[in-house]
Amino acid sequence: MSKVGIIGVGQSKFVRAYPGSIREMVFESFKEAMGDAKMKEKDIDATIVCSAPEYDKQRSPSGVFAEYLGLNPQPTFYAESLCSSSTTGLRLAYSLVKSGLHDAVMVLGFQKMSEISAAESQERMGRGADIQWEAPFGTMMPAYYAMFARGHMAKYGTTPDDLALVRLKASKYAVFNDRAMIRKELTMDAFTAPNPLGNILSSPLRVGDCCSNADGSSCLIVASEKKAKEFSEKPVWIKGLGSASASVNMAGREVFYSLPAATEAARQAYAMAGMKPDDIDVAEVHDCFTIAEVLAYESLGFAKPGEGPALIRAKETYKEGKIPVNVDGGLLSKGHPIGATGGSQVRTIVLQLRGEAGDMQVKDPSIGLVHNVGGVGLYANVTILGRE
Amino acid sequence: MSKKEIDNRFSKFGTVSFTGITRINDFIGYLEQGKLMGTKCKKCGIHYFPPRADCSHSLDSDMEWFEVQGAGKLLSFSTLTFAPTGFTQDLPYTIAVLDYGDYKVFGRVDKAVAENDLAVGMAMKAVVQQLPNEHITYVFQKA
Repeated sequence: MSKVGIIGVGQSKFVRAYPGSIREMVFESFKEAMGDAKMKEKDIDATIVCSAPEYDKQRSPSGVFAEYLGLNPQPTFYAESLCSSSTTGLRLAYSLVKSGLHDAVMVLGFQKMSEISAAESQERMGRGADIQWEAPFGTMMPAYYAMFARGHMAKYGTTPDDLALVRLKASKYAVFNDRAMIRKELTMDAFTAPNPLGNILSSPLRVGDCCSNADGSSCLIVASEKKAKEFSEKPVWIKGLGSASASVNMAGREVFYSLPAATEAARQAYAMAGMKPDDIDVAEVHDCFTIAEVLAYESLGFAKPGEGPALIRAKETYKEGKIPVNVDGGLLSKGHPIGATGGSQVRTIVLQLRGEAGDMQVKDPSIGLVHNVGGVGLYANVTILGRE
Repeated sequence: MSKKEIDNRFSKFGTVSFTGITRINDFIGYLEQGKLMGTKCKKCGIHYFPPRADCSHSLDSDMEWFEVQGAGKLLSFSTLTFAPTGFTQDLPYTIAVLDYGDYKVFGRVDKAVAENDLAVGMAMKAVVQQLPNEHITYVFQKA
């Protein structure tokens, strides 16, 4: 069976407000990925553009990017699954290459969220949930994840300070990530009033439990085994892919202490790779909120159900721990430009597996995992990558 | 309602409704009679809340209405101190999910109930509530 590899990765610096247009912002990650893969425009057979369209002023951005990046006349099209859009793009790229239709496919993720206000963006994010049955109550993403934090606390005794530990870890590593938006190490004092991170945003979540909106882009170049070996000295191979969905309506969820779509996506990815949680050397998980990282530990089998908080308390997800997680700062510190996030997570794991992660580098990893979730566990993609 | 008139009753639902036209607009008619209703597939007996016009299991659209009655169990809740555009005048407000066994109901907790009095697992009931501008909703109160 022929393999499918990732041979180029790029990411713009994630910032509060990018001082340029979306095509210019996308150029930054494109330039890095093309340089990484040592490719020219003609080497890219197709491009998948990924974002959450409610933030975009430009309709159908694929065409705009293809022109600006010199990717005409090759095909280009769009993929969307909210915050997991760019790993959905990766899944499509894998299938396009694996089918033999194309040899090299680009996955271009982006979001420029600064053009609308925070309240407007929350309203749009709320509309990523069910506009008929839930948005009329004034829902927003932090409130939904807060319901899962409450559920986890009620079921397992998790505390707000357990959740804060996830943010402290993220802040520690973002200091070493030159692409992260918030690069200041925090202590527990940051969660104590009158510091604003300690204020309740949507109970029981505090402001410090939430990631920030950001502008940014990410770029991945996916290639057939033949093409990967032709262009790259250190291709990273796609070993396992899992993808699942769950009820958009909270009334359709069975429990409020786990995200079943992520658990199912993990099961599929492990099965395809023939691996188990112990085989993973480094992971990037979707920590849009601190509780989301704890839920990820449990979905991915790094901790048993209910034991996620113990894992962070024991610092087992730190760089020197049993399973390092988000040692690039995570969404909590990097910022979360919706459509670019999954690609940024994949880039971090690719750099880790190549031994090129600099001060973020964990010791000699051979298998890495990416967990990328859209909505409140509405969509979930789990991807396992390896050096061999 | 005459044939030429557009039935957009759903535009009255909640603080801000994002859609007006749906085949289960009678949901609003029932709310106006003080009843919170779901739908049940006549063929396979599945209870749907929120109500639906179609059953994806039996592929049938022959549904009957049932009333959400009695108490449900509070599964989770959160009180917002920051709101999306259009909802800031309601702050603070609490969203929640009740489990009725055959179905669950998502909605808001009545402002008269203090957050400190809420606990996961407690019994609550849904009550129809009139809003300004002829909008209508339902809220959860202690059962």
